[in-house]
Amino acid sequence: MEPVYHQKRAFDPLRTWLLLPSWVVIGVFLLIPVGLMLLISFMTKEFRGGVIWELSLAAYDQFLFDRGLFGDDPPTIQWTYIVIFLRSIVQATIATIFCLIIGFPTAYFIATRDPKNRTFWIFLVTVPYWVNLLIRTVSLKFLIRDNGPINEFLLSFGLLSEPLGLINTNIAVQLGLFYSYLPFMVLPIYASVERFNFTYSEAAADLYADKWSTLRRIVFPNVVPGIAAGCILVFIPSLGAFIAPDLLGGAKNFMIGSLIEEQFKGNAGNWPFGAAASMILLTMVLIALLLYTRQQAKGEVR
Amino acid sequence: MLKKILVVSAIVLTLGASSSFAQGKLSIYHWFEYIPQELLNKFSEETGIEVTMDTYDSNETLLANLKAGKLGSFDVAVPGDYMVSIMNSEGLLDEIQPGELSNMGNIQSQWMDVSFDPGRKYSIPYQWGSTSFSVSRDVFGGDIRTMGIIFDPPDELKGKINVLDSQGEVIAMASLYLGIPQCTSDRDQLQALDELLQGAKENWASFNSDGAKDVLVSGDAAVGMIWNGFGAKARAEGANIEYSYPREGLVVWMDNVVLLKDAPNRENALKFMDFLLEPENIAAVTNYARYSAGVEGVDEFLDADLKSQPESVPPADAPAGSFVEPCDEEVQVVYNQIWTRVKQ
Amino acid sequence: MQVASSVRSIPGFSLLAILCLVILYAPLLVVMVYSFNDSLSITIWGGFSLRWYEQIFFGLEAEKFQKAAWNSITIAFMAAVVATTIAFSAAIGVVRTSPFKGKNLNISLLSLPIMVPEIVTAVATLIFFSMISFKLGYTSILVAHIVFCIPFAYLPISARMQSIEKVYEEAAMDLYANRKQIFRSILLPLMIPGIISGFLLAFIISLDDFIITSFVKGAGVETLPTAIFGSIKQGIKPDIMALSTLLLLVSTILVTISYFLSRADLKNKLN
Repeated sequence: MEPVYHQKRAFDPLRTWLLLPSWVVIGVFLLIPVGLMLLISFMTKEFRGGVIWELSLAAYDQFLFDRGLFGDDPPTIQWTYIVIFLRSIVQATIATIFCLIIGFPTAYFIATRDPKNRTFWIFLVTVPYWVNLLIRTVSLKFLIRDNGPINEFLLSFGLLSEPLGLINTNIAVQLGLFYSYLPFMVLPIYASVERFNFTYSEAAADLYADKWSTLRRIVFPNVVPGIAAGCILVFIPSLGAFIAPDLLGGAKNFMIGSLIEEQFKGNAGNWPFGAAASMILLTMVLIALLLYTRQQAKGEVR
Repeated sequence: MLKKILVVSAIVLTLGASSSFAQGKLSIYHWFEYIPQELLNKFSEETGIEVTMDTYDSNETLLANLKAGKLGSFDVAVPGDYMVSIMNSEGLLDEIQPGELSNMGNIQSQWMDVSFDPGRKYSIPYQWGSTSFSVSRDVFGGDIRTMGIIFDPPDELKGKINVLDSQGEVIAMASLYLGIPQCTSDRDQLQALDELLQGAKENWASFNSDGAKDVLVSGDAAVGMIWNGFGAKARAEGANIEYSYPREGLVVWMDNVVLLKDAPNRENALKFMDFLLEPENIAAVTNYARYSAGVEGVDEFLDADLKSQPESVPPADAPAGSFVEPCDEEVQVVYNQIWTRVKQ
Repeated sequence: MQVASSVRSIPGFSLLAILCLVILYAPLLVVMVYSFNDSLSITIWGGFSLRWYEQIFFGLEAEKFQKAAWNSITIAFMAAVVATTIAFSAAIGVVRTSPFKGKNLNISLLSLPIMVPEIVTAVATLIFFSMISFKLGYTSILVAHIVFCIPFAYLPISARMQSIEKVYEEAAMDLYANRKQIFRSILLPLMIPGIISGFLLAFIISLDDFIITSFVKGAGVETLPTAIFGSIKQGIKPDIMALSTLLLLVSTILVTISYFLSRADLKNKLN
């Protein structure tokens, strides 16, 4: 055998065919519509929704510059939308961290069960999600209300002197996001931890002696792809979420999702601006993703 | 295994895609939970027309859907007052020719010549009501007939106020409170509006339209901006609340049935509109939604408690109602800014 | 080899896993309890009643709910199957081939559906569908669902695939195994947990979708979220709680069946 064979991999000749279905489906049914939106973001808005097909940078101008209430002050930097973006990023980050703290041990726990029961456990994690997100969120709201069961329980046992006051706070929003997306963290991590060969680690355990260093040095590096996939699946949808912020946060502070929604189905009715805000969001997320994959590619080479 | 799944999928797909073809059809685009199923069944029985209904959750969702490509798939829709004039100016409505509706004469005279559709060329009344607020009498015993309860609340109500998540109605109420005209382009007045809302927001606990009833029933909010019929439902479910008719003015609204442009079943749409102008039928809607109809002769068909419901019977000295006006673009842009700043 | 030092069980992890399940199921307890509530309001307990279940099966809107539930489940199932297949195929193309130009572009493309805010996808897809005169109905919902399900299937699958070492295929190639053999006897069996994870995520995300569905659906075609949204928005009515409880029951039955099937399967293999 010539070593060059090892350079070539089994599925190399088929690559185009393997990727083709995804190109066609996403290319036709998403890329074209999104391209349309990109175009719309550079068009003139039609009053009360819709577009006039004349080039205009008004949408991006509105995003970047503050010209006062009446639009004729000298332009200064527009902080409104930056604040909304930052708030969403903070909320989504906290929710992702919560999900990771609970999700990783859960995935790990499931992956170390008896092989014949693992799938059952995984199903168990997804069963609650047969109930609609809105219903789950309303039920969660019911639980954490000031005079809801959790507070009443804690009060009646004297564990609290007054209600926690969670509802309509940022914490409630984070809790809601965490609850909305928890399985999206658990399942990818499970898929990669499950692959991990624990007999290796048992050998390694002798070297490091304590479990935590074994976990950190042997197990963790092997499941990074799963953790990354889980974080992406929780973080990005959280950024654009609006059910949790609206129901649990009292809709007092715009998050990106509600801001953009308002442009298409609210009084604002400004499609180009909604499109522009989405394109800015999309660009940010794409850059973050590309930085991550590049980092990962470097890791592989090493 | 995979093959089997694909075959099954294909079969299910064809089954799902082929729908029954009935002769007479009617496609309604309507609000959520706003017409009793019994009434739709009655219409189908009387006329043999098969009814399908799709729903939306706000006037703006209706507009966005029609503008993005759904015009031509529905026969009738039920936009609110200002949305009728907007949809008309966007060319989304079809004119009702004189004589096409035999029950046109049933419309109450005060609702014939309305600002959003002079002479009722495009729409007929569906339901109307007012937008104000209800106050928990367990929490607050004082005078509630002022919008100050919302915009400059007494201490015991601060932080316990739920406001409708609806730009138009909040700004209209704020304008009435300040005594300035709606859609004013006067800069000082707009500035005052902005300041009022910025200040008032500090005392508001949440913005919630759909849950406006629930927060009052559960006691999460002591004051809730609310539509009158919704407030009546909250009271019926046990909330000890009183609906306010503020002295500063009363915001009223009216939902209307319109004939959509390119309606696939125009004839049936007209039959449906005629059906809804029958007092007995529209009374069924009123009994269901707890608002008011705009048709003569409904009284005898109404539930007894509805006639005396405080949310529907304003006191003698209540101010005349005013509709939320659709502003021109220049003012609307400022309104949007004000609203974004409130919710920033 | 000391079992005690095994990383199989980490102190505290099982506790967190149980906490995770408690968090997941606690709100559902509310749903189940209040499906038997005689009162209309979630905040008031009006006594035990089965009337909401009766309404779902025999009420005026029974047909609508049943049709919507059927549509939702069939769409979610088909969308998840197709999306998982596409994602699996793409994952082999991206992960199990030698590094190539445009790899990152492909990963971005596959993740694109979650990066675009839902409302934007919804409006843009509706505009696109009406531009190409694609008839709105069951099929248009299915197509839209397949698209946004892809990243949810792709990410767990590719994560799994990245943790399978290359050596297996290399060894197989050295033994002159052909691609089909490599695929069927190495890659596919090793990938099962990833495929299941991807499929389940795609399935639940399709089951949940409201915004995109409400824009691209045809008149009169409802899925569960679009059919029940109204009654939820104005404060959940107990019949929705009853419907949700029934769905939970269905999913639990399916899970139980699959559990026993997989046990039987394992037993057969062992024999």
